[in-house]
Amino acid sequence: MNNIFINYSLFILFLPLVAFLIQIFIGKRLPRQGDWVSIGAISITLILSISMFVAMLLDYDPGFKHEASFTWLDMGAFKIKLGFLVDNITVIMLLVVALISTCTHIFSVKYLEGDIRYSRYFAYLGLFTFSMNGIVLSNNLISMYMSWELVGVSSYLLIGHWFEKDSAANAAKKAFLTNRVGDIGFFIGIMLIYTAIGSFAFTDIFEGVAGGLIAGTTLTLAGLGLFMGAMGKSSQFPLHIWLPDAMEGPTPVSALMHAATMVAAGVYLTVRIFPLLTPDALLVVAYIGGFTALFAATIAITQNDIKKVLAYSTVSQLGYMILAVGTGVYTAAFFHLLTHAMFKANLFYGSGSVIHSMHHALHEKHDHDTDPQDMRNMGGFKEKMPITYWSMLASTMAIAGVPLFSGFLSKDAILAGSLSFAQHHPEHFLLPVFGFGAAAITAFYMFRMMFMTFHGKPQMPELINDIHESPKEMAGPLVLLGTLSVAIWYTFPHLNPISTHGSWFTTLVRPIDSAVPGNLTALAIESGAHHAHNLAMGLSIGVAVLGIGLAVLMYLKNVLSAENMGKRAGFLYDWSLNKYYFDENYDKYLYQPTLRLAKKISWIDWELYDKYFINGFGRVTAWASRVSGKFDYDIIDQLLVDGFGRIADNLGSILKKVQTGKLQNYLLYVTVGIIILMIIQSF
Amino acid sequence: MYDLNTYLIISAALFSLGIFGVMTRRNAISILMGVELILNAANINFIAFSRFGGMNLDGHIFALFVIVLAAAEAAVALAIVINIYNNMNTINVDEASAMKE
Repeated sequence: MNNIFINYSLFILFLPLVAFLIQIFIGKRLPRQGDWVSIGAISITLILSISMFVAMLLDYDPGFKHEASFTWLDMGAFKIKLGFLVDNITVIMLLVVALISTCTHIFSVKYLEGDIRYSRYFAYLGLFTFSMNGIVLSNNLISMYMSWELVGVSSYLLIGHWFEKDSAANAAKKAFLTNRVGDIGFFIGIMLIYTAIGSFAFTDIFEGVAGGLIAGTTLTLAGLGLFMGAMGKSSQFPLHIWLPDAMEGPTPVSALMHAATMVAAGVYLTVRIFPLLTPDALLVVAYIGGFTALFAATIAITQNDIKKVLAYSTVSQLGYMILAVGTGVYTAAFFHLLTHAMFKANLFYGSGSVIHSMHHALHEKHDHDTDPQDMRNMGGFKEKMPITYWSMLASTMAIAGVPLFSGFLSKDAILAGSLSFAQHHPEHFLLPVFGFGAAAITAFYMFRMMFMTFHGKPQMPELINDIHESPKEMAGPLVLLGTLSVAIWYTFPHLNPISTHGSWFTTLVRPIDSAVPGNLTALAIESGAHHAHNLAMGLSIGVAVLGIGLAVLMYLKNVLSAENMGKRAGFLYDWSLNKYYFDENYDKYLYQPTLRLAKKISWIDWELYDKYFINGFGRVTAWASRVSGKFDYDIIDQLLVDGFGRIADNLGSILKKVQTGKLQNYLLYVTVGIIILMIIQSF
Repeated sequence: MYDLNTYLIISAALFSLGIFGVMTRRNAISILMGVELILNAANINFIAFSRFGGMNLDGHIFALFVIVLAAAEAAVALAIVINIYNNMNTINVDEASAMKE
């Protein structure tokens, strides 16, 4: 492994792990609880990622690819090879992970100041970064699966950081278990592919698929199995329930994992495995993604918790990416992953900054009952927190799809893809409807959030004087990521801010042909999306304006009363506010029956199996051992062993009579014996 | 002059005297003297067979070995007797019966 890229990625992978090990074992005893260890390690990772990114830009080659693998497990015919894959997608993803992770580390220094598990928090951040990089760098499904599970664990640990709160502990459990459901599918997919192709490496798999080693329904099922893993991690309907609850974790964690990177792992996986997805599988992917995008957006409209809004917005945006993969424009999905990571992480930092400020203001007033995350208690923060406001505004513009901002470009690419797909397959007209509908709603609820938080009259006027801008450790990441929400970074080297045509991203990340015979070629996908581009752009600007306008009327100018609208919507409002009663229905139709079944089985286990079978065995064994014990004592011990002793004893007492102790007697015996022998001899 | 039988008769007589001494005496020293007689009877046999049996010097050498052995045996046996006397104040072998059951 003397390739410079591979060496760099080794460092990028293992530095956070080293930081984790140092922090978990001796972090508490280090000065400042060792946060500098983690921040130092992650900063070096960031520097290495940036240098790799620059090297990739200088190379400027779409075919840029380095691979290295080694045999991990060798059992004759069964071999598992692990390895690294460094191509353009990997390098971009590594940069995203390192950048957001660094921002999160720095942001957390102030956000978690004085926390009782400060060093452990940083340790887990290191573990997460290590496992996320593991997913990104894998060139095969098996090491990706391992890192996948590690990511799940670190997510569990970080959501449950404040595990004294029952809600946090339950949310952690829920996140982990919901992910397990997806991971089972993932594992089944891996096994289906391995049995057919005999390898875990992506290159081998794509060759095998192209060669027809696995095809038809099996391939569709395998692809959907892998996609199930992505559904769990990327929180797609119907496994979306864990992500909003995951907001119980510290806000920087939400920014890093539950907005920018970890939940994007599912999208990253589908982007990686795109060539093996059959048209049928892609259709399922597209519908799940599109439906999730719209469905989560409708929930976000009515949420009052600032983080819940962002959580459902994340689910919705992830749905967008999945929709893009399903409609074939998977490079657009990856592009949206990139821009979304920046603006959504920033929105979370912004909300963290607001919550932090609210928390301190409430603390000053000794008010411990008011929820610092509830937007109904905010309002009018614009003047007090200008940095937070402006950077969040930039990100909100981006997510709402306003031209000149990054989200516009990526969303546009996705919408163009779905539009082109519907043009080719008119029966799937619902997909672009999902997409554009979600875009309009996104613009609405994001500006609703901004207006409720920063504009209008303060809802709690007694607090407003205690609201302050956050310290520079928190403002820094906000400014940086707010800047990165602007389109210009993504259109470079061209400066046209409304088209990515000829930008570094579209040049470097090119669609590759699907490995499934008969599926769309890269060229067809690209040209289709290109044709639909202008229509999609017009429509998306239209829906964004519609959404923003409605938000302005309802929450800024108060022309339309939100309350009246809510009342008029009737049950729809209730459904949205209560997240379509998903948790309740899962509880009623899934968890409770499962629990009842488990109780039944436990009853069988305890009352029948344990009492009769296990205890019966015990009784039989006890009886058998009593019998064999009696046999052992009476026969073996008393009769045989002691019998031999008695025989020896009796013989001895007979023979000892010969031993008179008189020397002459012995000699007499000898002499008599010899005489007898001589007499016998003489005959 | 004398033939083999003469020596064998003398040897047998000496042997019988030795056995008689060993078996009848109670005194340890007397028993030892009997043993010496038995050994010397054997020596006479060796020499006689060597002389009349045409066996060259083999018998002589054996006789020398027996003398050496007798000396060693006498030394050890006398040491035992002295120890018995020290411990029990007697050299009567019948009384030295501590190892009898």
